[in-house]
Order: sequence, then structure tokens, then C-alpha cells
Amino acid sequence: MSLKKIEAIIKPFKLEEVKEALTEAGIEGMTVTEVKGFGRQKGHTEIYRGSEYTVDFLPKVKLEIILGASVVDKAVQAIIKAAKTGKIGDGKIFVLPVEEAIRIRTEDKGEKAI
Amino acid sequence: MTIQSLIGWRPVLVLSALMVTAFGAIAEGPEPTLEQRVAGLEAYLGNGDPTAALKDDKGNIPDGLTTASVGVAGPAHNAWMMVSTALVLFMTLPGLALFYGGLVRSKNVLSVLAQCLGIAGLVTILWWAVGYSLVFGKSFASPFLGGTEFLFFKDVTSAPNTDYAYWLSQNVFSMFQMTFAIITPALIVGAIAERMKFSAIMLFVGAWMFIVYFPLAHMVWGITGLMNGVWNADAGIKAIDFAGGTVVHMSSGWSALVLCMILGPRIGFGKEPMPPHSMVLCMIGTGILWVGWYGFNAGSALAADGVAANAFCTTTLATGVAAFVWAVAEYFDKGKASVLGFCSGVVAGLVTITPAAGFVTPGSAVLIGVAAGIVPWFFCTRVKKWFKYDDALDTFGVHAVGGTLGAFLTGVLATTEVNGALSTNLADLVGKTLYVEQLKAIGLTLVLSIVGTAVIALAIKALFGLRPNTEEEREGLDVTDHEEKGYIY
Repeated sequence: MSLKKIEAIIKPFKLEEVKEALTEAGIEGMTVTEVKGFGRQKGHTEIYRGSEYTVDFLPKVKLEIILGASVVDKAVQAIIKAAKTGKIGDGKIFVLPVEEAIRIRTEDKGEKAI
Repeated sequence: MTIQSLIGWRPVLVLSALMVTAFGAIAEGPEPTLEQRVAGLEAYLGNGDPTAALKDDKGNIPDGLTTASVGVAGPAHNAWMMVSTALVLFMTLPGLALFYGGLVRSKNVLSVLAQCLGIAGLVTILWWAVGYSLVFGKSFASPFLGGTEFLFFKDVTSAPNTDYAYWLSQNVFSMFQMTFAIITPALIVGAIAERMKFSAIMLFVGAWMFIVYFPLAHMVWGITGLMNGVWNADAGIKAIDFAGGTVVHMSSGWSALVLCMILGPRIGFGKEPMPPHSMVLCMIGTGILWVGWYGFNAGSALAADGVAANAFCTTTLATGVAAFVWAVAEYFDKGKASVLGFCSGVVAGLVTITPAAGFVTPGSAVLIGVAAGIVPWFFCTRVKKWFKYDDALDTFGVHAVGGTLGAFLTGVLATTEVNGALSTNLADLVGKTLYVEQLKAIGLTLVLSIVGTAVIALAIKALFGLRPNTEEEREGLDVTDHEEKGYIY
């Protein structure tokens, strides 16, 4: 059974809903990072006493989840359902292959380790 | 036992004290009449001269004639002025320091705080040694500079200096005035923030106090001053400045413009974003400035009297109006009212009402507030862009423009209705051509500030250099000038 990694970039305020949806879908762990970036969504301007600055990098949250290939579709659907607002800037999901996973405490490998 | 013996002794002590006083009075000179003594007390209520009723037809006081009201401070005057002094110091530390500190990038926040602290210390030393005497002395009998009688605070005691206030201890008066001398050069820091060496700033301020501040403060507030229209009957320019429109805000603001132009813009100015690192600190500083300004403006009455009350009222009205008008101007300009806009409006309102506070009616204060919300806003958001000078935190746009505007409007709107002192020497001018005198004072302040600053800045630039090197400026002044960081996560 092969392992996959899901990297999802989402809007920060959607994090709680996405986490709940993934938990319901049976996903037991994830790593979350606050990140900045941009895609098609434009940044915003800030004006301080007439001085205008364009802020390109917007705050986003990145989730990293390692899981068995069989549950990838279910997890992806859960993320989409929870994170979608329909407006530009909702984010992206990437699915990548994973070579190996090891639990440090027990040295379990493969799907047993996740 | 102890209490009984104390009570037992008290009448004897009081009686012997009375006898000493009575014999003393007989030995020294004539007894004041009851009327003269009551007049002394009434002078306290009216903030007037306690010796007025002791004088004969020629204005002389008979040898030895005095009352308990002469030569002593009024408790209420001292109470209010010690509070005012603390309030004005609070404007600089931490009010102005946080207002400016929030507006710079996080790598320079401590440099601004250090500059404010450094100026507070340096000016305190200068003020004690020579500054107070050069501003408020009169031994030179000069319209341009005070005298030497108060060097190192000689004879600066709890007794009043009646040239300035009949009921205020001179040591409190000198401290009150010192807090003005501290905040004035600290205001300049805003224009040159993020790019001037700490040592160069200290050198500049040290020289600037002697060349610009001490002479200007004497000219405007010194009893023999050239521009002290209210109290000096011989003033060459019969101008008025209640709490420092020319002395504090014009001098610092115009000097700031000159210094920031000689210094040159920050590296990356106009190309890299330089947004404020903490609008929250800026807002806290603004609130402290507003509260502290009650000491600055209402305290400038040097009494808790009706003039102070009027200044308190006009200060509040002008500031509230200016804050709102600035934000409204922003709203119509860009569609949004910003926190920095409100904060800028607050400071602009405070600056512009400063020279007028004790001279104008509440209605005039509202007019001044409207002008303060529009004119400085225009300079900060438009004029600065046209001329591309890097007045980093808008010391020129707010203080020079607001101070100049206020000095002029004071000439137009001042009225004897709220301040009787305007009738003494200025009865022919108030409500008529006082604004011409104000324009003369504005011109002289401008010339002194611009020329004085240019000479000092160019000299320091040639001898020691003004700026850190490129790498140091990029790294931030907190680490390179002070070896500290504002925020360690």
C-alpha cells in the first residue's frame, strides 16, 4: 500500500472547518504552518498618510497530511468542501507520492507509522 | 502621657511663635492694615500681584511693609503646575516616543526611544546650567537673550519669580518650561527618523538649543523678549504665542524640514515599502500626547484660573474636530478613514490650537480645528509627494504647517473677551492688525530656524558625518547604534 502526501494551501479563517472535516473523514494527524504567498488573487494596498504600499504576499495556512493512497480522494473532497468560498484566493491542493514514513518512538514503518 | 504633654505644650509654643512674629514685625517695619492683608489674599484668588495694595501713590512699597501673601507660592498654583509639568514630560516620555516609535520599521523602534530619552537628559543638563537663565533671565536687558542671574539655578527657589507668575514657585516654573525645551528638539526626530547617527543627533540638539531654542524662547516668552507682545510693553514685534506655536512647533517643524533635506532620504525611500511597524503603539502615543497636552496648553496659563479653563476647553474642541476632519478628508480622497489619519488629525489639532488656546473663544477653536484637519493633511499627502523630501514621520507636515497656521489664525481670532491680559499692551491691535505682528513673528521664527539648522547640520556633516553607513542603515539603528533589539521572539 503506497503513501501519499497532501499539501493544501487554504485561507487562514477556514483552518478550523477543514480540520473538523478531515477528522470526520478519519484523518488522524496533520501539520499546519502559517505561510505567505500569492496566486491569481491580487494582494491589497495599504496607505499611511498618503504613502501607498502594495502588499503582494497574503497570509495563508499550509496543511501537510501523510495518508494511505486509498483515503486520498476522501480527504481531498473533505478539504474542498470545507475550504471553498467560491471566491478567488481559496487556495490549492497538491498530492505527492511519499517514499517512506517512520514513527520515531516505535520505529514502525509504512502505513503503520501514520 | 505623651499626647497629654504634647497638648499641654502646644499653646505655649504657639504663643511664643506669635510673640516672635509680633516683635519681628515691629522691629522690621510698619504693620499692614487688615485691608492690605485681605487684598493680598484676594490677589491670590485673582492671580494678581499681592503687593499691589501695599504700594503708595508713586508705586513704591514703604520699607519693611509686607504681608504673609508676599514672596510665597500659592498652594493651588503649585499643585496645578506640578501636575502640568508632569503631563508635559509625559508627552515626550513616552507619548511622542511611542507615537514616533510605532511609525518606524521594527528595526529602528529603539533608536527613536533612545533619541527621545537622550534629548530629555541632555536638555535637562543644559537647562539647569545655562538654558533657563538665557531664556528667562533679564540681566542682559536684551530682546534676544535673557541673562546670567539664574546660571546653575542660582536663586531658583520655591519663591515666585514675579516677572512671570506672582504665585508660582520659580523652581516649578523652571521645570515646567524645561519640559517644553525637551519636547521641542524631540519633535525634530520624526523627520530624520531611521537614518541619522545617535551621536550626530545629540551634537545637533546641543548646538540647536543654543542657536535656535534659547534665543527664540526668550524672544517670545522672556520678560524683555522682542516678540513678547502680551507682557513686554517695549516688544519690537507685538506678537502673541500662548503655549508655543512659534517657539515649539514652528521652530522644530521648519528645522526638521531643513535637517531632513540636508540628511537626504532613507535608503530605498520611494522604492521599498516603509510602513509603520505598529499602529497600536502609535495610537497609544497619540492618546498620551492628547492627555499630556492639557498640561502644555492649560498649564501655560501658569495658574488654574479662567484663562487655563478656556485653554482646556479650546484645546479639546480643536483637537476633536481636527481628528474627525482629517479622517473625513481621507475618506473623500481614498474612500477609507484610517487610524493613522485620526492620530495625525489629533496631533495637528493640538499643534494648531497651541498658540491660540488661551486667547480664542470655543467657536474660534472649532474653526481652528477644521483648518488643522485640512491644511496639514494636504501637506502630508500631497505637497510631500510633489517635492519628494523624506520627512519620515511628517514633523514638517504636522508641526511646521500646523504651528504656522495656528500662529497666523491666533492673530486673526484672539479676543480680549477670554483673556484680559491682551488689553494691557495690545488693546490697539487685538481684533485689528494683530495678524500683521503674527506674520512678522512667523517670518523671524522661519529665518532663525532655517538658517540656524542649516549652519549646524552642515558643520556636523563636514566634521563628523550625519549618517550611519549603508550597511548599518540597512541593518537598523537599534542594533548598530544601541546594540539592542526592540522585539525578541
